[in-house]
Amino acid sequence: MRIVIIDVNQLRAQVLEDGLREAGLSDIYIIHDMTSVMRQLVEADPDVVFIDLENPNRDMLEHMFQVSRAIQRPVAMFVDRTDTATIEAAIDAGVSAYVVDGLKKERVKAILDTAIARHNAFQRMRTELATAKTELAARKLVAQAKSLLMESRGLSEPEAYALLRTTAMNQSRTIVQVAESLVTTAGLLGKGGA
Amino acid sequence: MARSYGQTIVRAGFIPLVDCAPLLVAATHGFAEAEGIELVLQRETSWANIRDKVAVGHLDVAHMLAPMPIAQNLGLGPLPARMITPMALGSGANTVTVSLELFADISRTSGETSNVVDRARAIASIAQRRAEQGDRRLTFAIVHPHSMHYYELAYWLASVGMAPNRDYHLTVLPPSLMADALASRQIDGFCVGEPWGSVAVAHGSGRIIARKHEVWAAGPEKVLGMRADWAEANPDALAALMRAIYRACEWCDAPANGAALVELLMLSSHLDQPASVIEPALGLGLIGGDEHADMPSPDTRALKFATQAATFPWVSHARWIYAQMLRFGQLQWSADHIDIVSASFRPDLYRAIIGPVGVPVPSSNSKLEGALDRPVAVASATGRLFLGPDLFFDGRLFDPDAIETYVAQVAV
Repeated sequence: MRIVIIDVNQLRAQVLEDGLREAGLSDIYIIHDMTSVMRQLVEADPDVVFIDLENPNRDMLEHMFQVSRAIQRPVAMFVDRTDTATIEAAIDAGVSAYVVDGLKKERVKAILDTAIARHNAFQRMRTELATAKTELAARKLVAQAKSLLMESRGLSEPEAYALLRTTAMNQSRTIVQVAESLVTTAGLLGKGGA
Repeated sequence: MARSYGQTIVRAGFIPLVDCAPLLVAATHGFAEAEGIELVLQRETSWANIRDKVAVGHLDVAHMLAPMPIAQNLGLGPLPARMITPMALGSGANTVTVSLELFADISRTSGETSNVVDRARAIASIAQRRAEQGDRRLTFAIVHPHSMHYYELAYWLASVGMAPNRDYHLTVLPPSLMADALASRQIDGFCVGEPWGSVAVAHGSGRIIARKHEVWAAGPEKVLGMRADWAEANPDALAALMRAIYRACEWCDAPANGAALVELLMLSSHLDQPASVIEPALGLGLIGGDEHADMPSPDTRALKFATQAATFPWVSHARWIYAQMLRFGQLQWSADHIDIVSASFRPDLYRAIIGPVGVPVPSSNSKLEGALDRPVAVASATGRLFLGPDLFFDGRLFDPDAIETYVAQVAV
């Protein structure tokens, strides 16, 4: 069974490909370059096509499946029109699938589930990465605020941290917010700026 | 603007085009808020996304191609959800834009004319010459097979005996790629909503040779589409939304609001395009790309949002769309189709919701299309209403009650 993945995001395509390979599928063809999608698809002659939902080429793809004589077999979308739960899960995950008629339903469902799981995993990965970046930035801010306090008030590090914490509690703010305003103010006053 | 809690949230999808303006204005100029709803806009990248997200309920309503609910209900979409349109979103502003090369060829063949009949004839003779010389066929692009862009382009070229995929190649491309595709000669022309024709002109890769209203003076374009069961389950939100959009359409029509409308459309979260390519469709800038390039647009702007019943969902429009689907081979005639097609457009909902706010609403659901050569006052229970002109460029009439006869007559 030949599977084509159309995605400008190479990392996401890779994550999906790995998942499909783990599921025992090996005939996988990835299209990153959107300038010649049609030619590449004709060459690949796939049984299953995955395309990310935000790809503006979806309309082109559907038209091609409707009228093209180049790809011989008609392509049905989403496999089973009545399986709305899977369709919803696919749209939630940001992937759409096109599958040739005549493939075993169960087999296609398993592949589609893999694609959905992989897209969700990619999304989680991205969220985690963003969170990690935010946390790193927050830690840096607090460290900067502490050294500002240590310098300007002659405090030790634990004292500086305690001051940040009490201020945050008194003002019903987070330590990071207090640190941020401290660093910003210092920056404006030209002291120990970032 | 402060968010007032307790407002009903309506999620609306849109595609970045000039004709999505009523939704943007309703959401950002207080019309939705005044009706007690919070209209949350979501920009989408394809019509397939609009259709699928409405079908599964990720979006409540959307800026849709007028043929989309019809195609969906006839089983041409991938999902079974039934869709309706209780309101149109104005007359639209499509253009047929061609490469500089084809434009030069048309000008050589048809001489100094801006008449769309002469230009269609020129294209037919160019296509024939290319076939005789063994050159590749002309290729035209559209954005979706079930779109007014397709039916207008195919209708126009059919008048000179050209059939899609026989006498010219038809392809689908995302609108943002059209200008580049013209420049790189992947396509010879396209029919797409503004601003994309003007973008190709500004880009230096295209010239506009026909506009939507020159093919059909008062055809449908985009509509407010939704699942039938959403409309049934949320009658109050639907009524509030439609009133808000109607007021937004009136606002869009007011010449005094032109500059503000351009500013709203330009935003990076909306069309993300410069004013110069948005203004022509709104009758504010210069007509780009044709022989009148140095003349301002005519003062009667072709794009209408509210006037002349431009938001009324005519059943005769739905039937015209179905007739073109048959004519261009998208599906086969079936006796049970006509009720499905007619029920896709809901003038009854429009009349019940928009009538009471003091707006003149047509008394009939359907009309003979292509019969009015000037504005004519028509019957309306709620005030004085002018319709028309609504002529087709070839002078043909469309009788919504004689579809089979029509399709037999117009076979290419």
